[in-house]
Amino acid sequence: MFAFILSRILQALPVMLTVALISFAMFAYVGDPVAIMLGQDFTEAQRDALVRELGLDQPFFVQFAKFVVNAAQGEFGLSYRLSRPVAELIAERAPATLELAFCAAALALLVGVPMGVYTGLYRNSWLSRFFLTFSLIGVSLPTFLIGILLILIFSVWLGWLPSFGRGDVVQLGWWSTGFLTWSGIRALILPSITLGLFQLTLIMRLVRAEMLEVLRTDYIKFARARGLPNRAVHFGHALKNTLVPVITIAGLQLGAIIAFAIVTETVFQWPGMGLLFIQSVNAADIPVMAAYLLLIALVFVVINLVVDLLYYAVDPRLRVERGAVRGA
Amino acid sequence: MAALLEVRNLRVEFPTRRGVLTALDGVSFDIAAGEVLGVVGESGAGKSMTGAAIIGLLEPPGRIAGGEIRLDGQRIDNLPYERMRRIRGKEIGAIFQDPLTTLNPLYTVGRQLVETMQVHLGIGAAEARRRAIGWLEHVGIPAAAQRVDSYPHEFSGGMRQRVVIALALCAEPRLVVADEPTTALDVSIQAQIIALLKRLTREKGTAVMLITHDMGVIAETADRVAVMYAGRIAEIGPVREVVKHPRHPYSVGLMASIPPLDRRVERLAQIEGAMPRLSAIPPGCAFNPRCPHAFDRCRAERPELLEAGATRAACWLYDPASEKHVPESAIHG
Amino acid sequence: MAAPAFVRAFDSDLWWSFRRSPVTVLSAVVALVCVGGALLAPLLAPHNPFDLASLNLLDAFKPPAWAAEGDLAYPLGTDDQGRDMLSAIMYGARVSLLVGVSAVLFSTLLGVALGLLAGYLGGAVDAVLMRIADIQLTFPSILVALLVDGVVRAALPREVHDQVALFVVIFAIGISNWPQFARTVRGSTLVERNKEYVLAARVIGLSRLRIMLTHVLPNVLGPVLVIATLSLGFAILAEATLSFLGVGVPPTQPSLGTLIRIGNDFLFSGEWWITIFPGAALVAMVLSVNLLGDWLRDALNPKLR
Repeated sequence: MFAFILSRILQALPVMLTVALISFAMFAYVGDPVAIMLGQDFTEAQRDALVRELGLDQPFFVQFAKFVVNAAQGEFGLSYRLSRPVAELIAERAPATLELAFCAAALALLVGVPMGVYTGLYRNSWLSRFFLTFSLIGVSLPTFLIGILLILIFSVWLGWLPSFGRGDVVQLGWWSTGFLTWSGIRALILPSITLGLFQLTLIMRLVRAEMLEVLRTDYIKFARARGLPNRAVHFGHALKNTLVPVITIAGLQLGAIIAFAIVTETVFQWPGMGLLFIQSVNAADIPVMAAYLLLIALVFVVINLVVDLLYYAVDPRLRVERGAVRGA
Repeated sequence: MAALLEVRNLRVEFPTRRGVLTALDGVSFDIAAGEVLGVVGESGAGKSMTGAAIIGLLEPPGRIAGGEIRLDGQRIDNLPYERMRRIRGKEIGAIFQDPLTTLNPLYTVGRQLVETMQVHLGIGAAEARRRAIGWLEHVGIPAAAQRVDSYPHEFSGGMRQRVVIALALCAEPRLVVADEPTTALDVSIQAQIIALLKRLTREKGTAVMLITHDMGVIAETADRVAVMYAGRIAEIGPVREVVKHPRHPYSVGLMASIPPLDRRVERLAQIEGAMPRLSAIPPGCAFNPRCPHAFDRCRAERPELLEAGATRAACWLYDPASEKHVPESAIHG
Repeated sequence: MAAPAFVRAFDSDLWWSFRRSPVTVLSAVVALVCVGGALLAPLLAPHNPFDLASLNLLDAFKPPAWAAEGDLAYPLGTDDQGRDMLSAIMYGARVSLLVGVSAVLFSTLLGVALGLLAGYLGGAVDAVLMRIADIQLTFPSILVALLVDGVVRAALPREVHDQVALFVVIFAIGISNWPQFARTVRGSTLVERNKEYVLAARVIGLSRLRIMLTHVLPNVLGPVLVIATLSLGFAILAEATLSFLGVGVPPTQPSLGTLIRIGNDFLFSGEWWITIFPGAALVAMVLSVNLLGDWLRDALNPKLR
């Protein structure tokens, strides 16, 4: 088990290093960081001092190594735009994005999986057709339009829910949460739906396709032939077998949710990392972009690891193969 | 003695875009308690379809469109799903073809046995587990007490088919429908599995409907045999008679195509042509286009099963009223 | 040798399956209306939204023609500048379509070329290219497009950037989508490479490049056509998303995404039509293209049905 985790981490290292290289290249070669940091007026001496301070006079590999070491400690320098440490900016914004992503993912899974199971089991029912049509719309509407439509209906016309911001947040240490206040929870509703709707329809379609596939297998027919009740056949035998592909896609989608949060946060002026990122892209604020890129890569690597561990828990066949690897 | 299973004029249809296909047409046979009925025929002849209809698990859109199936005199072909479910596993067990795909890969074999027995026998978990181990021993799995917690992929194909047999028999059904139980196995394993099936069913007095295209298995195991062709029964009778003295021209061809062990032959006999598709079954006898003895009546009128010596054959040759009535000896020339 | 896939694609089977599917026919009609309206905007549009002289601020914020205060001269209403929404949408769709088609062409060329190289040469070239594709595919493509856009923005001086912004967006979206093409083409190439006709071509001494272009390429074009169609919907959406985020096409050439972003500011004051109509146009365009792509995929792969 431990060896398995270790080997996965080792596999992820090249990916992280590649992304770090791209980040670093952006950082070091795009634009002129020295000129940007010094502003309009500076002397040649000031310039040289800053170049030395930033270590820009050192060889490429030394610079890159320093970048990696710093990055590993969460040290990304100052934002060009806000002149504050990037790490601080991100730490400030992360809770907003993570809470939003969590709600969206929970919505996608808790609604998407049952809808998928239902449409898979009762493929010709009226409700299934409705769900499928609905999912087609979910796939074709761009995220920002969903947000705009929700705002138009629920904020502008009906006036039920807030259309921007997080509402009142409660500070728990460095973490700010919107879960503990009524206005915080109300503020989460529309952005979560906006962000989760696409993934919801995707997961529903995936679960449906997998259910249809699994229901055709011999072991499901055999489970029926053994006279097991429908509930046991559908949920005990069929659903569990659809889990492996569902976990893969759901994991990847969780990553996509964090990325698509950029759009949702822009629509709802949600003070998270995505909004920070888009403001940085607009302002060509390279340090923030580089840090964000690395952070997203890290999130994906972690998600992949979790997905692998979940496989391990669900599918006994993998345990044996890995056991063999471990023994070797 | 009343038969355990009676199938009368069973008709199974598949509605398709191009019209309704009749997959089984007028299939009738009995299985007595403790009897082994072999069902043979080419692929697509309707053997598996018959088995699926009996356990009530026809693939949609297939449906029983006519006839009756009775178990112990009680009709089971028109039961609601839930009542039929209680019969499946409990009264009628099933064994499928490929043991590699028949077991759920995500559960231990013990769990699959336990759940089956708990559903049908109303026993506690501990008792079910004890019996599960007993069944594994019974079907010849070594170290059953440890293997009960193994997953299917940890067994070989032959061992898995033993597990499948245990699953089919664990609620002690009175009839087992075994659909090609050895086809997917290594030749060396086949005999063992058949021997096991034979031994267990004999011990428990379980009747078996053994579906296979392997005449060797039938000759070895069955008491009686039904030959199917294009969704109909061509001939049915005691296994020895059908193998040694087939009456229906199709059975004759089928038996002649089996290589004899006792002498060398230059060429195996083969039946010209191919079995018709379900959408193109000729009128009259389904076999008439390929039959060397076909005459006008065969092309116009469909034969019922007729007494033909020791067996019964759906062939006009055995109707004394036919214009071309041929005594059985003639077609063996 | 069998006829190449793209030749088979246009024979009567395809036409037959097209006419059999009402959804597909409807999609095609909608797509044609969108494309036609966009291409012929200068001829068909009732107003020229970019002719500042013709704008009348008194006509600003007119609701659609069917509303009480609507004006038949502006069937879908006007925006804050008094621009006719219908005309703005037609011109906007032109930009959206231009960027979408160009980006897809770019990623098709890049992906097909790299995929052929990887599949045909194999070895280190293959390993490096596919590894890059793998890493890029881990990230959602919209993020890749955003990053590329951001980096170019940082690398170029502001004035230069504004002039080439359109190309930057095309480049960013194109770059974010090449791995799909490369993977498919590589896969098909690996299959085709070992077929006898390719071996035969090698035996008679044709050069590798020639074999790839004349023998392998025509046989992988079928799947490429399908991916390209499905990618077009994606590319149009990606452009709209970038423009909505304010990092896409320059405001001087507003696309549908830009229009939606501008309209978004007026959502709360009740002028919903400024954002909803461009949004509806975008959805109609993307949905019809996607449905056509789905149909094409199914029609070219009878096995999948």
